[in-house]
Amino acid sequence: MNDRNSGSALAGERPKAYSNTTATLALAKASFRSIMRSPSAVVFTLAFPLIFILVFGFLGGGGTRIDVGITPGSDINNPVISMLGKTGMIRLVKDKSKAEFDKLLEKGNVDAMVDIHKKVNTSAYSVNVVYTSASRDKGGILKSVLNNLFYDKTLKPTVAEIKERTVTGREYKTIDFILPGQLGFSLLSTGVFGTAFVFLSLRQTLVIKRFFATPVKRSSIVIGEGIARIGFALIGALFIILIGHFFFGFTLVHGVVTVINMLLLATMGIIVFMGFGFIISGIAKSESMVPPISNIVTLPQFLLSGTFFSIEAFPTWLQPISRALPLTYLNDAMRKVAFEGMGLWDVKFQIMILLIWGIVIYAVAVKVFKWE
Amino acid sequence: MISVKNLVKKYDDFIAVQDLSFEVYENEIFGLLGPNGAGKTTTLEIIETLREKTSGEIIVDGLSVDKHPNAIKQLIGVQLQAAGYYPNLNLIELIELFAGLYGAKIKPMDMLEKVNLQDKAKAKYKALSGGQKQRFSIATTLINQPKIIFLDEPTTGLDPQARRNLWDLIIEIRNAGTTVVITTHYMDEAEQLCDRVAFVERGRIIAVDTPDNLIDQLINSGFERKKEVKKANLEDVFISMTGKEWRE
Repeated sequence: MNDRNSGSALAGERPKAYSNTTATLALAKASFRSIMRSPSAVVFTLAFPLIFILVFGFLGGGGTRIDVGITPGSDINNPVISMLGKTGMIRLVKDKSKAEFDKLLEKGNVDAMVDIHKKVNTSAYSVNVVYTSASRDKGGILKSVLNNLFYDKTLKPTVAEIKERTVTGREYKTIDFILPGQLGFSLLSTGVFGTAFVFLSLRQTLVIKRFFATPVKRSSIVIGEGIARIGFALIGALFIILIGHFFFGFTLVHGVVTVINMLLLATMGIIVFMGFGFIISGIAKSESMVPPISNIVTLPQFLLSGTFFSIEAFPTWLQPISRALPLTYLNDAMRKVAFEGMGLWDVKFQIMILLIWGIVIYAVAVKVFKWE
Repeated sequence: MISVKNLVKKYDDFIAVQDLSFEVYENEIFGLLGPNGAGKTTTLEIIETLREKTSGEIIVDGLSVDKHPNAIKQLIGVQLQAAGYYPNLNLIELIELFAGLYGAKIKPMDMLEKVNLQDKAKAKYKALSGGQKQRFSIATTLINQPKIIFLDEPTTGLDPQARRNLWDLIIEIRNAGTTVVITTHYMDEAEQLCDRVAFVERGRIIAVDTPDNLIDQLINSGFERKKEVKKANLEDVFISMTGKEWRE
């Protein structure tokens, strides 16, 4: 306290030296630390989406087990089949009708079909392989397994030819559909619940009032809080994408570029969703009112925005509602970017809808947001 | 240091502060005393630039609250009644946050030392005792090396030891050159702590003077206590039996 006098002498100069950036960053840092230590934020942003991804990831046949169907009528007692069985990766599926196999193949539940026949008048076998585009990566693995087998000395003389063909099945794996949806859900819940709770509690516990006793600007408070939340949401998103990619084979067509595009989309999404949070923090009169109001915003989007099921699967009367929700467009854009390898310009329509939502939401937020 | 002239604050249906005037001198401890709802907090918050006034003139260290609210914020420290702090942060992190908000370059640990909370550096605000919370609040008011600090009922709800401990801290801060404006319901506190006090009643000032003068005036008017005053009171007994040492 000895230097108080010198401090006071400088008082006249201090306002000029005051930096809004410093204040904003100090707030962002504080807010980020707080979010990282808040169990609900971590649960909603990371745990929930990851649990869904785990569940669907395993349902969708994660791992390296390859299901190979044996075409009915195929020769079963031959060296090719027994060698395939020995690789350990391949599970042979028998005893199903041709029609059943066709369906399974189309869905990607069976990764390929083999049909083996002894060539007439020789000891050699003809191997007919049918892959499915529903499971290209596993088809690829099978292909190399087969190639290896046929270069095997003991097998070579007995195999005369391999015929390969690929059928067109469903567009992509379960994880390619589920992960973008879960990512969208994660962004939605962080944006809405997180923002609503934080601003309501800061207002109610007079934290914001105490901030107003410092020279900090209101915009710094909002921006600092926003930076922290966006940062947290993006770390969560990156985490989800990487786990999905490395453990469940989530498709990233252009690798890092795709990830960056997804994170840019995530940023747009979280900003729009935070707008809902601002509105709710203004409307809610107590903390106990936040969850019900937030659920009114998040649940319909969770269910109707193609998080779990494609919108096309909904009855026609429900589809217009789905097509009005912002999460629908975020999910859609994410899937197109991740799986189809589109750039941001290719999903400009989806981005435009998000932008319109953003403008509308923030126009409302400015009206209903309360500082004290 | 602070000059309040004809301050009026009207809410929709009632008048919280009506035509209130007083001055606070440099380097004194000035007490605003009055019953609940008398307008103490409203008056403080208007001086602190947290609330708009309806009319009147307020000058803080030569600066008008109308024209230079931000410059005033730079040179005052504010402790609000019942204010909370950012959730999930420890004391060091909270001080860092306020340092950023004030644009002040300080060492957080130094601030905690000033209020004797260095042992609680890694604790969360919520985990502090009542007295510690108040001392921490006072630490946050000192971050920007203010010329004036405002303390709104800092001792409400504290036990006698914690209360006396806080008085010592406030006197220390004043001795270091800071002007202190404090509100309280406790007259013994005002008598011991304040250089001058103002009584606020229904939004008006009904008396401003040193505690001594106010007491003398009453005695001169012929007032006598019904009970003979002893040389000690019950609080003295309590302190002498339980010790001055402050429990956390």
